[in-house]
Amino acid sequence: MASVGLSPTPPPGTLAVRPRREHIRSWPLVDRLCYALCWLTGIGLCLIAVGIVAIMFAKGVSYLTLSQFITSPSASIQQSQSGGFSDPIIGTLIVTAIGILIAAPLGIAIAAWLAEYRRPSWLARTVESAIEMLAGVPSVVLAIFGLVVLSQGYLGFLSEGANHGSLGESFFNAGIVMSLIALPLVVGSTRQGLNQLPDRLREASYALGKTRATTIRCVLLPATRPNIASGIVLGMGRIIGDTAIITIVLGATLRNEPVNSVPLLGLLRGTGSTLTSYVYYNSPAGEGNSHEKAYAAAFVLLMIVLILNSIVTRLTNGPRERGTAFRLLRFGTSRS
Amino acid sequence: MDPLMPPPIRRIALDREPNVAPPRAAPQLNGASEAPTQRRSMARPPVSIVYERMRVENVWLAYGENWVVRDVTLPVSQGEVLALIGASGSGKTTLLRSLNRLTEITAGASRAGRILLDGTDIHEFEANELRRRVSMVFQQPNPFPMSIFDNVAYSLAEQAPPRGRRRRRTAEIERAVEDALRRAGLYEEVAGDLDRPALKLSGGQQQRLCIARALAAKPEVLLLDEPCSALDPISTATIEELIVGLRESVAVVIVTHNLQQAFRVADHVAFMHLGELIEYGSSEQVFDRPVQQRTKDYISGAFG
Repeated sequence: MASVGLSPTPPPGTLAVRPRREHIRSWPLVDRLCYALCWLTGIGLCLIAVGIVAIMFAKGVSYLTLSQFITSPSASIQQSQSGGFSDPIIGTLIVTAIGILIAAPLGIAIAAWLAEYRRPSWLARTVESAIEMLAGVPSVVLAIFGLVVLSQGYLGFLSEGANHGSLGESFFNAGIVMSLIALPLVVGSTRQGLNQLPDRLREASYALGKTRATTIRCVLLPATRPNIASGIVLGMGRIIGDTAIITIVLGATLRNEPVNSVPLLGLLRGTGSTLTSYVYYNSPAGEGNSHEKAYAAAFVLLMIVLILNSIVTRLTNGPRERGTAFRLLRFGTSRS
Repeated sequence: MDPLMPPPIRRIALDREPNVAPPRAAPQLNGASEAPTQRRSMARPPVSIVYERMRVENVWLAYGENWVVRDVTLPVSQGEVLALIGASGSGKTTLLRSLNRLTEITAGASRAGRILLDGTDIHEFEANELRRRVSMVFQQPNPFPMSIFDNVAYSLAEQAPPRGRRRRRTAEIERAVEDALRRAGLYEEVAGDLDRPALKLSGGQQQRLCIARALAAKPEVLLLDEPCSALDPISTATIEELIVGLRESVAVVIVTHNLQQAFRVADHVAFMHLGELIEYGSSEQVFDRPVQQRTKDYISGAFG
């Protein structure tokens, strides 16, 4: 058996004949039209994507200065006096972190239960429709709801305002409400990943005497990591882009306002703003008067989202995947 | 020779290649019989102690209303290989899966009769404990999407470590993994890089990894559900040798469609047809002197 060996390369001339390609003229007219349409829409989408980046780049970069990253905004009609947007950048990072830190573990747990246990089945169906409902609720409604619930006095540890019987606006509360809009995306994506796994993986693990919980923890969830990551990115994208919850539950103040001098806790219990609310405030439609800074901030916001997506896409697919010209624009996609 | 042709399995000696063994004379067919006529080629050292580990007693199994196994009684012994043969739909696989209660995860499955492991009804065990003692390898190689090492280490660990963290490689675990891979005849091929993803292995290597994984848990009975049906002849030969070598330390039950394979690896053969056990006996007896007409028809290729 060891002597079975053939030369690995075909002799010269073997592959000389090129297979004849199908010619588009042989297609029916409808197929040709549809084919053209596919090309057009595909290219059109790329143009839109390029257009967004190009316009924001052109508008943003010209107004962007390094000092804007490190100076806080201040209220002034003069563009030269109105400061930078260091506070909104920090605010965006904090809200996203809190939101996703709540939504990811919860969402993965819910998805694992829905995909693997589903017992009792009436509860599973109820949870499913609850998640669907949550996904459909406009974020401004969630914001109002969250403000009412989280302004209770006994939740004063989350926000200083609630302690004094006023509105519970804080980073904590905004993060909690934000987790609700990210949750359906994490659940949906994780669940889809788990459902795609073949049953023979589960059987293989059961046949080794492993419990259902061990199987989920050690085999199924690691196997569905790409889907989990894409769910998390989609969730983060929604959190970063949301303005309604920021305006209502975070206060959208010009600066982040820590309630006391306790290093992090004071900041998290106080009000603040994010890039989205900053852009809105300074945009031609808002109350502020620094349009140029709105463009600069919008450009920074776009860059944050794109970098985030590319990092997670890379983590998800591994470095071996072949790049695309516009891979940065793919919002939380993954193969499989 | 045309270089684009796939390599032949048994190569006929070409001129100027004296080191290739000349082909053996084709085995004689006795009459119209398709019965396996090739003598066992692999060495089968006699096993000193043969004793009964499991006993299937008047077992009936059903999916929904449909009885797929009817009143089967069978012994499963340590020190020998038991082959379940029969046409598709004869209930072999269902019977095999019931031996470690994997039928239970199928909705609507029901059962009557007793299956004993060392004299205790298997339904008195916790399912997980039973499945650690009676392990199974499936038709399709199904390694977990992790490294080779982790695949084997996973079945070792009583309490698996937290997700995402790499399993701690104590010397003890490393030794056990190596031992399991050696027993499955895979160690030499993968020793260089145990951190390679298991899914990068070839089909035959994957199946041997699955066997190693099953062996790592130190089972007492090993169930094999057509382990070679997705593999090429060379991998099949490797795995068959492995099975014969294993029977000393574990009781082996193998389901197979391949009569030649049953003849090569099995000490005892059970022939099933439409859920009933038609004939059970030593491999020589069932293949050479079948008692039942239906067995005779099946192994001579009249149906199935």
